[in-house]
Amino acid sequence: MTNDGFASDECSTGDGVSSEVILQAIVTGVLLGGVYSLICTGLTLTFGVMRIINFAHGEFLMVAMYASYFFVQSFHTESYVAILLVLPGLFVLGVATFQLLIRPILGAEPLNQMLLLVGLSLVLQNGALALFSPDTRSVQSALLYSKIELGDVIVGIPKLIAFATSIVVTLALYWLLRATELGRRIRAAASDREAAALMGINVNRVNLIAFGIGIGCLGIAGPVMLPIFYIVPNIGSFFILIAFVVVVLGGIGNFIGALLASFVVAITESLGALFMPGSTAPVLPFVLFILVLLFKPEGLFGARAR
Amino acid sequence: MSAPRMIAAALVAFALLACLPMLLSVHQMHVAIQILLFAYLSLCWNILGGYAGQLSFGHALFMAVGAYTSTVLLLRTGLSPWIGMIAGGILAALLGLFIGYLSFRYRIKGTYFALVTLAFTEVGRIVALNTEAVGGAMGLYIPIQANELWQLKFVDKSHYYYVVLAFLVLAMAVTAWIERSAIGHRLIAIRENEDAAQALGINLMRYKLFATALSAFLAALGGTLYAHYVTFIDPNTLLNMNMALEITIYAIVGGIGTLLGPLLGAAFLIPVAELVRTTFGQSYAGVHLVVYGAVLIAVILYAPDGFIGLIRSWRASRGTGPALAPATGAGS
Repeated sequence: MTNDGFASDECSTGDGVSSEVILQAIVTGVLLGGVYSLICTGLTLTFGVMRIINFAHGEFLMVAMYASYFFVQSFHTESYVAILLVLPGLFVLGVATFQLLIRPILGAEPLNQMLLLVGLSLVLQNGALALFSPDTRSVQSALLYSKIELGDVIVGIPKLIAFATSIVVTLALYWLLRATELGRRIRAAASDREAAALMGINVNRVNLIAFGIGIGCLGIAGPVMLPIFYIVPNIGSFFILIAFVVVVLGGIGNFIGALLASFVVAITESLGALFMPGSTAPVLPFVLFILVLLFKPEGLFGARAR
Repeated sequence: MSAPRMIAAALVAFALLACLPMLLSVHQMHVAIQILLFAYLSLCWNILGGYAGQLSFGHALFMAVGAYTSTVLLLRTGLSPWIGMIAGGILAALLGLFIGYLSFRYRIKGTYFALVTLAFTEVGRIVALNTEAVGGAMGLYIPIQANELWQLKFVDKSHYYYVVLAFLVLAMAVTAWIERSAIGHRLIAIRENEDAAQALGINLMRYKLFATALSAFLAALGGTLYAHYVTFIDPNTLLNMNMALEITIYAIVGGIGTLLGPLLGAAFLIPVAELVRTTFGQSYAGVHLVVYGAVLIAVILYAPDGFIGLIRSWRASRGTGPALAPATGAGS
């Protein structure tokens, strides 16, 4: 990732690797894991329910971040306030995308479904490039630079908020799926579409809502990430591969697994930055991904996907 | 169409293509070379992605292996890229065999194969960025002062046109041979139904690996051509997702798993992209990719077998004879 302050500003490799530096790297990894998790919960939901690989997920995040940016520019608030508008906005966008593009191809080959979303990703990303130019944008606020010092470890407040939010969102989705009637229907539709339909569940409607929620989660992720990252039109591409890695590592459709996998991936990355030469550390999540896909395709944590 | 008639038609078509440079301006020539080059790359991809049905996002990596190998050999030892591209092709084929063996052994296919190959491409990008010996983030530059066929260096663009055209003919010949051979039928059987193919006694691993290695080898040759035409290679343009997608999109839009599909797709999309680019100018950098995305969406929604599929159903509805190419299953 080129545009984040995670790898560089808080842990310097300096001379030798001391235990404080390692501790700082772990804390940095945990916080970065929170960000990954924020992005991935929605992807886990759409992946788990519809078995569709949403290549455009990163671009929906980009849309959420630009929307939050313009919200902040217009109303001069902290970006977190933007959730009020961006969350429902992204939900509606998800529902519209499902109705117009995904519903017609639900029965098609999985590869065609994936390619359609690749097409959507190209349109959104490059549309944003044309509309907003490749310039980086960021918001300013007092909160941005505030941090807590715990001994030798420094924790930025926006990252702490992102971390806390990711836990809350994950638990909320877990609760939604496990303890509500809607969740029961979503799980039924995910495990067996036809049986669910025979039981009187309107599978299309359930999928529609699930996709809306999955994209809607980005309506929380966007505003929460805005103080931490610069926005560029292709910001989604920095995250999408990592997001797939996390979702597969976590076990498809497994929220708690995805949360844990976010931390595993992020800590691997931040610790790797200490020990690996140059800037080769970003390679680690992909190596981990390849290994897991090959040897334990049901994910690091959890039950088999089907 | 019977075989002799097809060969005759192909000869006429290529004779016309060979005369084309005389009519083109410098800019049009650039577009034409891009069409031929990407049609070639997409044809290489089509062997694995179309005929064998294993959707790969790893061809940007195979292409980059070819581009880097021949360029490094040229810059370091002065070795002719004609030999360098063979070395690159062999390396890419070995890499393909490695990725393929790992994936197929664990029965990874479909969308998971796409993700695995994409992950390998990303690994390749990060490794190339951090390897000073291949130029790191700065990339490698191929200086061209004079026409040298043995060094694959031409001052005049039209020379590249003929070289790339020759490679396109080669790839089409290989594809046509696959289409007709027992190997091709087995690959298509694997694509259509792996379990049934295995039950028929087809060795899945052997044929999938064959398709991967051949496809990677040819794509690597295309990488060398690309490097010498553009005269500059770097990890972020060569090894990114857009490159992997672009190679794939031409075949899908034109008709996946068909002989003419990749060429049709490239011949349609690249001029449209160029038109859009010149209309909207440099201020809208990515606008041509908006078109690619929109066309891809439209094709998946309304014509999942691509242009070739449209032509076939149009011919079928008019009841005029057999389809354009021998029936190979209209993709999937």
